[in-house]
Amino acid sequence: MLILECPCCGVSGEETEFHAGGEAHLKRHSVGSTDDQFEEYLFMRENPHGVHFERWRHNNGCGKWFHAARCTTTLEVFGTYCAQTYEPPKEIKDAISARRPGWSWRNFS
Amino acid sequence: MFEAVSALQGASFNAGIAEVRELGLRGMITLRGDLTDKKLIKAVKGIAGRIPEPRTVALKDDDGAAWMSPDELLLMVPHADVLSTIETLNASLKGTHFLAANVSDARAVFEVFGPHAREVMAKLAPVDFSPDAFKMGMFRRSRLAQVPAAFWMNEEDAFTVVCFRSVAEYMFDLLSIAAQAGSEVDAL
Repeated sequence: MLILECPCCGVSGEETEFHAGGEAHLKRHSVGSTDDQFEEYLFMRENPHGVHFERWRHNNGCGKWFHAARCTTTLEVFGTYCAQTYEPPKEIKDAISARRPGWSWRNFS
Repeated sequence: MFEAVSALQGASFNAGIAEVRELGLRGMITLRGDLTDKKLIKAVKGIAGRIPEPRTVALKDDDGAAWMSPDELLLMVPHADVLSTIETLNASLKGTHFLAANVSDARAVFEVFGPHAREVMAKLAPVDFSPDAFKMGMFRRSRLAQVPAAFWMNEEDAFTVVCFRSVAEYMFDLLSIAAQAGSEVDAL
């Protein structure tokens, strides 16, 4: 069971109060993109054993989307942050580095 | 002209460890907009006395305002005053980006009261209801069993629960069963 803190309303709730929305930080390739880029956007997903970044929605609460950094192996949540960003903020990366030195995920590390 | 009735017309359950009753019609307005906007703050103060802090409810007699999300408030007024309140809001917020929608008849309101009210709520919601964690004035949106709900304490051991009208009967059954006689947990 994950315990997430919604960065929008500040409520700390357990998993069933939220809804998972898939991988975070996807580039939404569309008009003008190549077939390869579009395929990448549609189908190619990370399936890591460890650090992962996901979108979540506080659907039984404020209804807002946010991002969460967590470990898929231990279900440890490193932190949650605003969805209006292209990459995880420094404090989230630092929190992960403290727990999982040398981690990397797509272009982030 | 037809007469408005609440979903369960004041149904009540009082044969258990806490009493449950439907509170009948209550005027409710969803107000969305920039909660830091001066015009909006002034308009809400005119109704609820003050603008609620995040995750709290501001109550004034029968009226009130509850903080639903960073851009949404739930305004509560007597059922008969909803349309006039919306007109007032529309007039006083003219020119700002906002929405004031009458949701009175889309909601059902319940009260759970009695010394075991906290336990009844704690059986149903994934929320910490211990007296140190859930206090007067706090407002929480979560779920009760399988349906979304919002709740706060009107006084110690008296919770008000707001849910969608379409699940009013489910909610009443849920609260009544969680409050059935002999079901004390004494965990809080």
